[in-house]
Amino acid sequence: MPLPPDDELVIRLRDGDDTAFALVLDAWSEGMLRLARSFVADADTAAEVVQETWLAVIRGLGRFEGRSALKTWVYRICVNQAKRRGVAESRFEPVPGVDDGPTVDPARFRSDDEEWAGHWRSLPAPWPDPEQQALAGEIRARLAAALARLPERQRVVITLRDVEGYGSDEVCEMLEITAANQRVLLHRARAFVRAELETYYAGKEVRA
Amino acid sequence: MTEMNCNEFVELVTDFLDGALDEDDQTRFVDHLSLCDGCSTYLDQIRETSDALADLPAVQTLPDEAREHLLAAFRKT
Repeated sequence: MPLPPDDELVIRLRDGDDTAFALVLDAWSEGMLRLARSFVADADTAAEVVQETWLAVIRGLGRFEGRSALKTWVYRICVNQAKRRGVAESRFEPVPGVDDGPTVDPARFRSDDEEWAGHWRSLPAPWPDPEQQALAGEIRARLAAALARLPERQRVVITLRDVEGYGSDEVCEMLEITAANQRVLLHRARAFVRAELETYYAGKEVRA
Repeated sequence: MTEMNCNEFVELVTDFLDGALDEDDQTRFVDHLSLCDGCSTYLDQIRETSDALADLPAVQTLPDEAREHLLAAFRKT
């Protein structure tokens, strides 16, 4: 069931309507837990972050000006709470020397002194049909493992964009970064996760 | 306008999917895509990866105790 529009929600929340609060609590907490978890070391800490976030939301409702969507505002508070508890960085800019350079191993392309320079040496192998139920659980496990291995800033962006499905503008608002920076991080994260799946499928081919 | 190579193509997939390529790069990208099976496969796989991530189930929910605590905090205000 979709939530009421923001202006109605805000009025009801400010009026102390706890049904409205329960609605947003239940609708948004899972996504916030996932977001928090991409910053912090464990599930318990993620739960604490989300609780602290909701308490900050309750305290700050009077200050919400409606310049962004309510959910974006709540998520931004969650990001800030998570950053405080997280181990690593608080800035979301691409890191020079880490977040630049090719995302596909240059050895996979013909070099400049070869014919067809810059083209694939051998074509990427097609993947089997993802609908096969037998693979679904294993694939999810591989994806989760891949996400865990990403640098935090890449993990947060790909979680918000691809796992949670937010658009570029919203994610930029939540993380307070530029679209260009956000895309750099998303690009690297997707390339890495794709490569992990490629390795997984290649392994299955060999065994078959 | 120079033709795009595969090693350039793979670095532009995210921009392409976000509609963020400028006109010239967009043309070069789409032209290359239509000619190159390898890059077509690569782009499909990036999309598939993104789609698969969307299917990851939620692994964590708010514990009931926490939920009650928050509702109580809300009611106190």
